[in-house]
Amino acid sequence: MLNKMFQNNDLVHKLLNRIARYKEDIRIMEVCGSHTMAIGKWALRKLLPPNIHLISGPGCPVCVTPPSIIDSLINLRSVTIATFGDMLRLPGNNGTLEDARAAGLDVRIVYSPLDALKLAKKNETIFIGIGFETTIPGIAHTITLAHKQNLSRFSVLPAFKIIPPALKALLNSTEVNIDGFILPGNVSAIIGSNAYEFLPREFDLGGVVTGFEPIDILSAINMLIDQQQNNSPKIENEYQRVVSPAGNINAQQAINQVLQVQDSWWRGLGYIPASGLGIRDEFRQFDAIHKYNLDISDQQPDTGCQCGDVLKGIITPPQCPLFDHTCTPANPIGPCMVSSEGSCAAYYKYER
Amino acid sequence: MCLAIPGKIVKIREDTGTVDLGGINQEVSLTFIPQVTVGDWVLIHTGFAINIISEDDAIKTIELLQAAYAK
Ligand code: SF4
Repeated sequence: MLNKMFQNNDLVHKLLNRIARYKEDIRIMEVCGSHTMAIGKWALRKLLPPNIHLISGPGCPVCVTPPSIIDSLINLRSVTIATFGDMLRLPGNNGTLEDARAAGLDVRIVYSPLDALKLAKKNETIFIGIGFETTIPGIAHTITLAHKQNLSRFSVLPAFKIIPPALKALLNSTEVNIDGFILPGNVSAIIGSNAYEFLPREFDLGGVVTGFEPIDILSAINMLIDQQQNNSPKIENEYQRVVSPAGNINAQQAINQVLQVQDSWWRGLGYIPASGLGIRDEFRQFDAIHKYNLDISDQQPDTGCQCGDVLKGIITPPQCPLFDHTCTPANPIGPCMVSSEGSCAAYYKYER
Repeated sequence: MCLAIPGKIVKIREDTGTVDLGGINQEVSLTFIPQVTVGDWVLIHTGFAINIISEDDAIKTIELLQAAYAK
C-alpha cells in the first residue's frame, strides 16, 4: 500500500529529532480540515515541541457555509434536497436540515453529485453545491451531464468556495500572525502548487503542499523550519506523487466551463471578494437560486460562537468558552463543531 | 467531506473505472484523468478520480527524505 511508505517509524523519528533541534517559535497554519484531522489522528501536536505551533485554518467547507444556504431550503416542499451527509446538522438561523427533514422536507444524503443526478431522473432535485476545488470539478461535470441529458429536474445550489482568495483575505486581516502554511493536498491536486506563488511574492510567506500521512506532515514542518532559518520563503511541494505545478487541467476546464468567479460570504470570515463560484448563464436552468428564486443574502446570528477567530488562528478551540460545555459534536453551537473536519470537532475528538 | 482515498484501478470501461479499495470494488468517474490505465493508483473523492498517484514519485520522495535525514 502506497500510504504505508509514509508512515515509516524510523523516518518519523528522524524527522521529529530534526524538528526538536529548532528552538525558535514558529506558527504554521494548516489550511485544510483533512490536515487538522490527520494531525489529531497521528497525535502530532503531542509529539512536537511546544515552540512549533500548529494553527488550524479555514479549510472545512461545511464550516464556512453561511446559514442562509440552509435557511433558503428548509421551507421548500415537493422537491428533494440531495446533500453530503456533513451538511445535515449545520445550523441555519431557523434550525438545521435535519430539523427540516423531521418536519417533512425530503432530504437525501448522497456520496457523490452523480447520485443526485440519478435522483433527479424521478424527482425534482436540488443538490447543495458546497466544497472547495477538490469537490467542485465533480459537481461542475455533473451539471454538464444534466445539460447533455436535458435533465430539467436537476439543479445545484452553488455555495462553492475557492482557497487562494481566502488565504489572501486572511493575510490582509491584521490580527493574523503566521510564519508559513501547510497547504492543502487535495485542493492542490486540482489547482496545482503554482497557485500559491502569490504567498512569497505578495506576503513574503512560504508554504509546503503536502499529503496526509505523518511523514508528509512532519517533513512539511521541517521544510518550513528550513525556510524560516534561511529566510527564504517559497512554495515547495512534498506531495509530488499527487500534485503537479499546474494541477489537473481537465478538472480546471470542467470548472471554468460551467462556473464563474464571484464574491462570496464565508461563515466566520465574512465577505471575501472573488472567493466563490456561481453558475454561468449558459447553465442557468441548473442554478437552484434562479430556478426557485432562493434568498441567500446573509445575516449572521449571534450565538457566542467564536469560529471566526478559530478559523483565523487567533484562538484555539478550547479557548472558546462554549467548547466542551454547551458546544459538543452531539449539540454543535457553531459550524466548526459540525463537520468531523471542523477545527473544534477535531480538537474535541483528539485533543481533550 | 474533503477526504480523498487512494484506490487501484482494476477495470476501465469508457470514462468509468472500477477501483479496488482493499477488497471492496467501487465505480469511479475517470473523466478528469483520461490518461489513466489499469493498475494505476488514483485518488478518489465523491465518486471522481481527481488525480493519479505516481508510485515513482512516492518512492522518489521517500528516498530523498531518507537521504536528507540519514544522520
Ligand atoms: S467550540 Fe463551538 S461555539 Fe466555540 S468556536 Fe467552536 S464551534 Fe463555535
